[in-house]
Amino acid sequence: MLPNWFNKWNRENPTNIYGPAILVGAAGVAVTVAAFLVVVGQPFKTESLQTGPRGTGMSRPEFVSDLAKPDPSIDVMYTEAPYVPEGGEAKASEIYQNVQVLGDLTEDNFNRLMLAMTDWVAPEQGCAYCHGDVEIEEYGNDDLYTKVVARRMIQMTQSINEGWDGHVNANKQVGVTCYTCHRGENVPSDIWFKMGAVNEAAGGWAAVQNRVTVQSQYTSLPSDALETFLLDYGRIGVHNLEAHVAEYPDEEGVTTWQDTERTFSLMNYVSNSLGVNCVFCHNSRAFYDPEQVTPQWSTEQLGIGMVQEINNEYLVPLEDVYPPERLGPVFADAPKAACKTCHKGYQQPLQGTNVIADWPELATTGEPVYE
Amino acid sequence: MAEYQNIFTQVQVQGKPEWGMATENAEHERTRKAGFSTLIGWIGNAQLGPVWLGWTGMVSLATGILALNIIGLNMLAQVGWSIPEFIRQLFWLALEPPSPEYGLSIPPLQDGGWYIIASFFLLISVMSWWARTYLLAMEHKMGKHVFWAFGSAIWLFLVLGLFRPILMGSWSEAVPYGIFPHLDWTTAFSIRYGNLYYNPFHALSIVFLYGSVLLFAMHGATILAVTRYGGDRELEQIVDRGTATERAALFWRWTMGFNATMEGIHRWAWWFAVLTPITGGIGILLTGTVVDNWFIWAQEHHFAPMYDGSYGYEAYGSYETFIGQEN
Repeated sequence: MLPNWFNKWNRENPTNIYGPAILVGAAGVAVTVAAFLVVVGQPFKTESLQTGPRGTGMSRPEFVSDLAKPDPSIDVMYTEAPYVPEGGEAKASEIYQNVQVLGDLTEDNFNRLMLAMTDWVAPEQGCAYCHGDVEIEEYGNDDLYTKVVARRMIQMTQSINEGWDGHVNANKQVGVTCYTCHRGENVPSDIWFKMGAVNEAAGGWAAVQNRVTVQSQYTSLPSDALETFLLDYGRIGVHNLEAHVAEYPDEEGVTTWQDTERTFSLMNYVSNSLGVNCVFCHNSRAFYDPEQVTPQWSTEQLGIGMVQEINNEYLVPLEDVYPPERLGPVFADAPKAACKTCHKGYQQPLQGTNVIADWPELATTGEPVYE
Repeated sequence: MAEYQNIFTQVQVQGKPEWGMATENAEHERTRKAGFSTLIGWIGNAQLGPVWLGWTGMVSLATGILALNIIGLNMLAQVGWSIPEFIRQLFWLALEPPSPEYGLSIPPLQDGGWYIIASFFLLISVMSWWARTYLLAMEHKMGKHVFWAFGSAIWLFLVLGLFRPILMGSWSEAVPYGIFPHLDWTTAFSIRYGNLYYNPFHALSIVFLYGSVLLFAMHGATILAVTRYGGDRELEQIVDRGTATERAALFWRWTMGFNATMEGIHRWAWWFAVLTPITGGIGILLTGTVVDNWFIWAQEHHFAPMYDGSYGYEAYGSYETFIGQEN
């Protein structure tokens, strides 16, 4: 096929073409990659939020491409400015039956909030989700569990905004509404239930860990951290604050490496819930040291207290109100909240959107202040 | 010219098996067959066997297999004897030591009892293998360097699973048998005792570990580089220094003014390797027994400096800027 002179020349001049081919190929790829990087730029650019002194490595890196995407929940959030009362309007409790909370609102504001709650919690089922498929005159009935729960949740929202200002509004006024957790769903995402023993044929310490669960955030760390700390007020700190301490792990109240794993499990959950890392709050060289933590550590302390209150004062007592399908799979316990239920992976829920500005009715347990 | 026996060379020596010394014991202790494997010939000597298991090897294998099975069956029981779950969660599963409240007493089987039993068999397995390294070296009239080196690793093993738990008064302090769970233990252990990086023996152990790696690379590279002058025949070069040794030594003297000797480099390597678990074991043994918070201990000994600067991102930028809401 090829001319004879060409084959002859090749035979007489044997040349190793593989060595140069690899060299040329490698150089070619290098040039192409370099040209790509110069023209298009680094495709995986990151940006860091420094959280502590230089030299400590305290920073939170994120992909620029992720930072460019705002939380999609912000755009679809329903809100409506209040109707400032002029005085003399009839109150909701005078117009409607059985108004146990929000009774002091004017009819306009009451209906405005009812409408918003529908959008936040039950956009598909509408008013009927809580009031049932009945005439409006019968909306006062407490026939459905959803209505009883909703009433308690309104009280909870007011209490969070008023009592946990230090956590919720730590950076600026943002507040919480039903939407902070519900995001248009009947049941908020990222709620949790008690798990108990996750391993069969094992007891004690061996039974509650080493399994892929949501509670362990898919690690082999203990699955009972949320229950221990956010429901049962367990002790989170594990360190001795002196270099030498005479104590033994089998003594009552002495923290062990097992307790440390449980604390680690909680901390890992918190980090994932907020989309941050250890050094967002701690200087990781001395996790316990209050002199080497960020202001966010204090905010987090309040957050833990808040979640404990939410669970014990509001969510757990509703256990008897829920139908079976809303209860936990293992212990038939009430659904509970934790960091991720509000934060949904963002450092600040809804990326710091002020959700309370339009809803003075939810901002306080007392008389709403309209401005 | 074909090259002889190295990683990934095509040429392998396969023929009549090399039987080595035929001592009196060897006649009835070692296996009677030796074969060749092309596969293992790619990474070393192609000859497979004969093996001298001996009574120590038999005991070691039997107890080791027993320990491994206890661990595996416990994991399998934890997932309700489901093979798919066992495979899926294998890296998460573990046989955990007892809960802390049992101290040094014998706990129930499902809460650490099986762990104690598995550990007991593992201990016998490791110790009889250790004896084997001594006996086989004796048979060859060799020095006992491998025996002592393995002993240093066993020291760390015993500190983790035996000595320290006894000093702490609880078997619960031992390390879980599981892929991820033993890493969880490591992290939790460090955090519980105030950051193990401030433990000077941990630091020494890291020095020797990384030092071993460096020495291994330097020595391997040096010998490979002078193989063309016969440098790979290290023992000959030790007693009868040739141009390979001269060149290698000169290379390092030119590089850093100093060179190890053909024999001494192996002492360097042996001591670095052996000191890694020795120092590490000392560090573990002191943790929780003598020192309960290494960071505070380091502060008291003035080698944990405080850093100047603010804590919290507010001092360096704003969240709004970071997420692109403001510029």
